[in-house]
Amino acid sequence: MSEKVLMKGNEAIAEAALRAGCQCFFGYPITPQTELAAYMSKRMPKLGRVYLQAESEIAAINMVYGAAGTGARAMTSSSSPGISLKSEGISYMAGADLPGVIVNITRGGPGLGGIQPAQSDYWQATRAAGHGDFHMIVLAPSTVQEMADEVYNAFEIADRYRTPVMILGDGMLGQMMEPVSLPQEKTEKTDKPWAADGHRNKRKKNVINSLFLKTQELEDKNIERFERYEIIKENEQRAEMYVTDDAEIIIVAFGASARVARSAVDRARSVGIKVGLIRPITLWPYPTKAIESVVDRAKKFLVVEMNMGQMVDDVRLSVAGRKAVDFFGHTGGIIPTPTEVFEQIERIAVEKGDE
Amino acid sequence: MSEIIFKRPDALEDTVFSYCPGCTHGISHRLIAEIIDELGIEGTTIGVAPVGCSVMACDFFTCDMFEAAHGRAPAVATGIKRVNPDNVVFAYQGDGDLASIGMAETVHAATRGENITVIFINNAIYGMTGGQMAPTSLPGQVTQTSPFGRDVMQAGYPIRVVELLSELDGVALAQRVTLDTPKHVHEAKRAIKKAFEYQIAGVGYSIVEIVSTCPTNWGLSPQDAFQWMRDNMLPYYPLGVYRDVKAEGFDNIHDRAADKRERLSCGKDEK
Ligand SMILES: Cc1ncc(C[n+]2csc(CCOP(=O)(O)OP(=O)(O)O)c2C)c(N)n1
Ligand code: SF4
Repeated sequence: MSEKVLMKGNEAIAEAALRAGCQCFFGYPITPQTELAAYMSKRMPKLGRVYLQAESEIAAINMVYGAAGTGARAMTSSSSPGISLKSEGISYMAGADLPGVIVNITRGGPGLGGIQPAQSDYWQATRAAGHGDFHMIVLAPSTVQEMADEVYNAFEIADRYRTPVMILGDGMLGQMMEPVSLPQEKTEKTDKPWAADGHRNKRKKNVINSLFLKTQELEDKNIERFERYEIIKENEQRAEMYVTDDAEIIIVAFGASARVARSAVDRARSVGIKVGLIRPITLWPYPTKAIESVVDRAKKFLVVEMNMGQMVDDVRLSVAGRKAVDFFGHTGGIIPTPTEVFEQIERIAVEKGDE
Repeated sequence: MSEIIFKRPDALEDTVFSYCPGCTHGISHRLIAEIIDELGIEGTTIGVAPVGCSVMACDFFTCDMFEAAHGRAPAVATGIKRVNPDNVVFAYQGDGDLASIGMAETVHAATRGENITVIFINNAIYGMTGGQMAPTSLPGQVTQTSPFGRDVMQAGYPIRVVELLSELDGVALAQRVTLDTPKHVHEAKRAIKKAFEYQIAGVGYSIVEIVSTCPTNWGLSPQDAFQWMRDNMLPYYPLGVYRDVKAEGFDNIHDRAADKRERLSCGKDEK
């Protein structure tokens, strides 16, 4: 690994994408992700690669569809309202089994909402990134280092499973600066025999398509894709376990709220409360194995999010009624403080004592 | 010895079209395929099919093909062409696809001067969904969703696409043709061929609008449909060349455009 440099989260994503061999970036400005596009606009042309500011998020994701369909490593980035517009194209990419990386540096919603960080796009990212039967792999970094690492990884797994991959950060992670060591330049290209880049009379024609008018054909396609999803669930689930070995209270938090939760865990530990943190890194596939590994010993779960309670559904599904699952969160762009989370831990610890 | 003087173009698959008998989509496909053969570009051509009756176009051409979302073909074609500048990229779009839902993508691909070729089928109606009003339906035209005739006070006016696009600096060729007579078919073929040749020569964005028919949803025989088209559509959509930068004496759109400054700082310049 190279020397550490100080970078903004958005820029670390951009630089790591370049190193992952991203050949083209199609974007449209929206706060708080714009530095990413600005970085790309500066660097891509110098590398002889494609940077294009599209006329809309809809156009940008469809440009990704076109470029990815020819086998290129393609990327777009946006923030919450823009991702809603991209949902059409994400569905078409999933339907045509196209790899591609979509960065969502989220803000509060619904509607125009605000521009402060929030995690309210969890459902959209993990449940319904567009119409139809499909999933998208969703990665949730919580440091600038991880933003660089995960975007690099995102290109790899997008190609491996022929699926769109979303990096779900938030405005706080996108905007903050931390030291980061950048990944190595990727030089070897992934072989994509399915790509429609002109057959040159050397192979049968390739078609990039999501239309299957015969019902059986469409069902077979979807079944095949969901079989692939089972492999993804098996191989790609990831979570960070922080002092969970003897923990009786398990906090589950991702991204920026996991950073807050971690500080609260440290403070609670210092006063003798047995609390630990599970930080999902993959939001889809959800790291149910991580929850499973602590569910027997844990007495209670507390989910901390920057929304009205969205990931808490996945924790409840994983816990499957075996233990109580509490929720604490702020929305609208308010970031929970370590003290607030610590108070929640204390409250649960006392409740526990009352039993 | 007998000589073959007419056969299926190599660039067309040996399959049955999904179009209604007498539909002009078939003639348009054949012309594109003949041109791909004549230019010898089947191996490097990538086609983008629309949503509409020609949604199955991926099955009809022998080159690599993409199926785009409704109206997004210009954006998809942009993505393809930008990373594969040596390929020939064409988009094939109906009036609902191009002039309604995909208008932003159309105007912006044209204004960027994307070096692509767009074949625009204007049959003044939504064919595939069963004959609803299109952005190009004529004033007074009865359709499933304008049962009393298109009322311009309520539904607005039809869009003349090539006239609109011909105003944009990025457009190299904007021409309107039709297919009702052998002479017009030849003219159409020359226009489409030019549109492909301009792309190969890097001249800029080219669009050929083909004033077409939809016998099925117009409720007319193919012959009567052509007559209705001549009587009603051609006066509103006059045939002709609306922009041809080479005919104007320029090699490409950038030579024609008045203003192509390299860098114009406005004080907020980064070192
Ligand atoms: C997002 C979206 N909206 C609507 C439709 C339904 N739809 C399918 S074809 C079509 C109209 C196509 O008309 P046109 O482009 O004129 O082509 P034609 O069928 O006449 O050849 C519509 C509205 C769709 N598939 N996707
Ligand atoms: S519905 Fe109209 S446009 Fe569609 S195939 Fe039939 S005649 Fe052609």
